[in-house]
Amino acid sequence: MDAIFNFQVITDNFTYFMIGRFPHGPLGGLGLTIYLAVVSCILSFFGGLVLGLLSLVRNPFISYPVNLFINAVRGLPLLMVIFWMYFLLPALMGRTVPESQTVIMGLTLFTSAYMSQIVRAGIEGIPPGQTEAAISTGLKHWQVMLYIVLPQGLRNMIPSFVNQFVSLIKDTSLAFIVGVSELTHVATQVNNRTMAYPTEIFIFIAVLYFFLCYAFTSLSRWLEQRLAWRKAI
Amino acid sequence: MIQFAGVHKWFNQLHVLNDINLRITPGEVLVVCGPSGSGKSTLIRTINQLEPIDKGKLVVDGMDLLDKKTDINKLRAEIGFVFQQFNLYPHLSVLGNITLAPLKIRKMPKKEAEEQAMTLLARVGLAEKRDAYPSQLSGGQQQRVAIARALAMKPKIMLFDEPTSALDPEMIGEVLAVMQGLAGTGITMVVVTHEMGFAREVAHRVAFMDHGVVLEEAKPEEFFRNPQHERAQQFLKQLLSPMH
Repeated sequence: MDAIFNFQVITDNFTYFMIGRFPHGPLGGLGLTIYLAVVSCILSFFGGLVLGLLSLVRNPFISYPVNLFINAVRGLPLLMVIFWMYFLLPALMGRTVPESQTVIMGLTLFTSAYMSQIVRAGIEGIPPGQTEAAISTGLKHWQVMLYIVLPQGLRNMIPSFVNQFVSLIKDTSLAFIVGVSELTHVATQVNNRTMAYPTEIFIFIAVLYFFLCYAFTSLSRWLEQRLAWRKAI
Repeated sequence: MIQFAGVHKWFNQLHVLNDINLRITPGEVLVVCGPSGSGKSTLIRTINQLEPIDKGKLVVDGMDLLDKKTDINKLRAEIGFVFQQFNLYPHLSVLGNITLAPLKIRKMPKKEAEEQAMTLLARVGLAEKRDAYPSQLSGGQQQRVAIARALAMKPKIMLFDEPTSALDPEMIGEVLAVMQGLAGTGITMVVVTHEMGFAREVAHRVAFMDHGVVLEEAKPEEFFRNPQHERAQQFLKQLLSPMH
């Protein structure tokens, strides 16, 4: 084994892979990957919810531009969205924006657009009888959404959400293109520095990505079971 | 209490309600019957505007449904609706199903809403099911919970849209018994049903519909003994002896 692979390079740089130069410098490596994923994940959950609800509003002056925006974002490669954020955000804000924040914005925008479609399908999948029953008792439309449709819809959306978030975790690797020192970026750095161990390094980070995604999938399965109520026929 | 005057409704080309003129007085129990596709479900659904009407005048509890100033949510809170498919909320317990509207609309304190729910559950014979979820109940039990849910808003009007049509035969009786207990309590009831036994015993008046038209209105004893319209005669004959 040692003749073929030498994992010394991993153990030597282990802390750097995990957290970058933290706590003496900025957070990097796996830690930054998780940070990017979790923050973008939370933001795009709410972003997707808002976009999804707005895309269903009956007033075309609201739903039309929202749908246009969603389709525009879905029609772009993520890398393009990240570049756009990288160059556009500082210009718009009139000041420099940390790269990690531009990446979070790009990931959030992109994932929200996809999430909105999951939300829309989840809402439209609730039988109309539920809404009819609720409005018949005098509930207003927003109350029906809040108390009846969303609680049932969100549970049905969990598997699709998870898919989207697993993609999101892997998509954080694109942050390396704008110089954010997340896991993939750190790996290329170490690789460039040591030159001799690309296989070992990229096997190692592949395993890390796998376990991160696997942990997330397991978490969601647990969540799904916890939220399981027996469905009415 | 409910007044239809020259009401029309179309689904595209289909004329589902054709010049409906009906007057339902407070406390009255009206049974609407007729063959499937006759427009009886649409008729009952116009009363709380689950289906808006296209033409005519419909006044419910003093409120004109075509008047833009009418607060439809407020009116719906006064009208209970019971569906063929029950439509209980699967993510809420029996108690949650019944207390939701009183809590959110009437702003009733939680304790009071739950006490009221328990009273209603006792009335429909399901007090021990307070913490069950809808899918743990039989169809008949679900429909009785649905009736309790509608009653929790203390409605002046109760609408039943084929409440027993989705039930196994042995469960029909328990639901009809609850409805029978409700009739004569002063609540106005409109019931779309094929249960002619119920119509005969409980209804004050029977309306027979076909092709979007109310062909006949009569007291049940007259309607069943001597239906005037030919279509009504055929309908009753088929319903009472479906094998012939």
